[in-house]
Amino acid sequence: MSVVELEARDVAIETPSMGLWSDAWFRLRRNPAAIVGFCVIVVLVIVAIFAPLLAPFGPRDQNLSLLRQGCCPGLSHDHLFGVDELGRDELSRIIFGARFSLLIGVVSVSVGFFFGSILGAISGFFGGWIDTAIMRLVDIWLTIPGFLMAIGIVAVLGPGLTQIMIAIGVINVPLFARLLRGSVLAQRENDFVLAARSVGVPKRSILAAHILPNAISPVIVQGTLALATAIIDAAGLGFLGLGPQDPSTPEWGTMLTNTVRFLQTAPHLAIIPGLAIVITAISINLIGDGLREALDPKLRGRG
Amino acid sequence: MLRFVVRRLLLLVPILLGLSILVFFWIRALPGGPASALLGERATPQAVAAIRHQYGLDKPIPVQYWKYLKQVGTFKFGNSSTSRQAVSTEFKQRFPATVELSIAAGLFALVFGIPLGFIAAKRYQGPIDHVSLVVSLVGISTPIFFLALILKYIFAVKLGWLPSVGRISPLIDIPHPTNFYLLDSLLDGNMSAFVDVGKHLVLPAIALGSIPLAIIARITRAAVLDVQNEDYVRTARAKGLPPITVDYRHVLRNAMLPISTIIGLQVGLLLSGAVLTETVFAFPGIGSWLVDAIKARNYPVIQGGVMFVAIIVVFVNLIVDLSYGLLNPKIRLS
Repeated sequence: MSVVELEARDVAIETPSMGLWSDAWFRLRRNPAAIVGFCVIVVLVIVAIFAPLLAPFGPRDQNLSLLRQGCCPGLSHDHLFGVDELGRDELSRIIFGARFSLLIGVVSVSVGFFFGSILGAISGFFGGWIDTAIMRLVDIWLTIPGFLMAIGIVAVLGPGLTQIMIAIGVINVPLFARLLRGSVLAQRENDFVLAARSVGVPKRSILAAHILPNAISPVIVQGTLALATAIIDAAGLGFLGLGPQDPSTPEWGTMLTNTVRFLQTAPHLAIIPGLAIVITAISINLIGDGLREALDPKLRGRG
Repeated sequence: MLRFVVRRLLLLVPILLGLSILVFFWIRALPGGPASALLGERATPQAVAAIRHQYGLDKPIPVQYWKYLKQVGTFKFGNSSTSRQAVSTEFKQRFPATVELSIAAGLFALVFGIPLGFIAAKRYQGPIDHVSLVVSLVGISTPIFFLALILKYIFAVKLGWLPSVGRISPLIDIPHPTNFYLLDSLLDGNMSAFVDVGKHLVLPAIALGSIPLAIIARITRAAVLDVQNEDYVRTARAKGLPPITVDYRHVLRNAMLPISTIIGLQVGLLLSGAVLTETVFAFPGIGSWLVDAIKARNYPVIQGGVMFVAIIVVFVNLIVDLSYGLLNPKIRLS
């Protein structure tokens, strides 16, 4: 039994059916937690886009004259979040850091989504030995704990931002592959697919135009939840020293890692980027949970 | 049941072979290779060729793979290039540490997660329910290493209640016949050592157990909500059974099936999390061992350690699968 079915009782809204997406939108709007998450992410995206306008200082600007003995003055009027060990404004770095964290999340999940969807769609649509071969590969892939595999991949590719995105993308591939395969299998037997096949629509366009659009909604939910995990995992890899090798990069995980040694004297330097990661992940998870409830066909029009 | 077990055991063969091929090629893809890792600055072409010959890297790939399989089969991977100890010896010391930590984390997650989810479902939409939702949301959204750092800062550094690093205080000396320190101290009859080892486990176990706790609480809540409206629960209530009996015999027992599925899935998560937790708390387990080996390009440890871990994950998954068969006759027969 899936979590969705188990948690079905949480959603009890009576509504006439208006099609999957408008139904989903209707239910999402009535889920206050998802709305809060959505607003936070919208703010984050705006902050990321307009970072140069919003940040009071440059993310790499050093002002060593601010530093006193033992590092780092605390929060002040000029520097709301204080300054780090090189006199850089922490708030500005957090603002610019939103770019990196969102970028890492979106790119790595897209990589996983893209290749996973291809594998899963092929596997589910063609079946037979192709299906068996791909699914056995996915089984082996999934035996290795994801984070360990990501460490292994970064070990081969070398540390860095791009490598982290690839590594986290790769560990997402089998999840999407399995999900989309199940979804395609469920759609393949539908009447509209049979109808399309009987009027001679080519296989490729049946898959692209009829099956995929209907099979995609669980994948979107998984994608949203994977986004939160990707941001957390990326921070973890950064913490192990596998992140961007230029320590001035204002990436939240790297910022946290570099300031851990000042935990005694300036705990806010590690806590603020940590909280930024936590708040982002919470918001994305709220949206993901909301989407899962809103998009589940089993819950549609249920009283 | 026997057929089910045999089928699962046979499925292990392709999975283990696939894994060994994957690990074999992964090791060869690592930058530098053992020759330059060992020689460093002194890497003349002749010296590199000599090392490659010594390690058999100049042989054809199938020959090298066969040699690697033999190493896996006999658990002989040579000596660690940093500590000069046999890889299998180090594994025997490190592995129990991670097992002890994972069990402690798993217990923490179960002991708090199941009651939290259960009470949340019984008080559906009440304050405890909302607390449980917030706890599970924050739990899955917090990076383990961040939680570990915060716990270490508050309880070890600021308050000084618990030790911040290691498995045991350096001043305590007990024999280690099993390398499970809790067990070792009990075998030695040394209660103060037992307490000391236990204290060293508290913070890492909480950090590592936080995500499983969040997931288990969530699933328990959902499963109990699902089960408590079933007809057999209503019947049990209607025939006048005391509420406690209904909760334990009918609700919780049936809700345990999805819960046990989720518990099995946490094993991989615990191993992944162990890497970060062990790094924060300088806990000498398998996770920090492997990360250090990768950073130092310690090839014997990488070759052996990664395969050891993979084999363990596969076998734990097998045990989890078999236990579903025991719990749920539907799976066994399908």
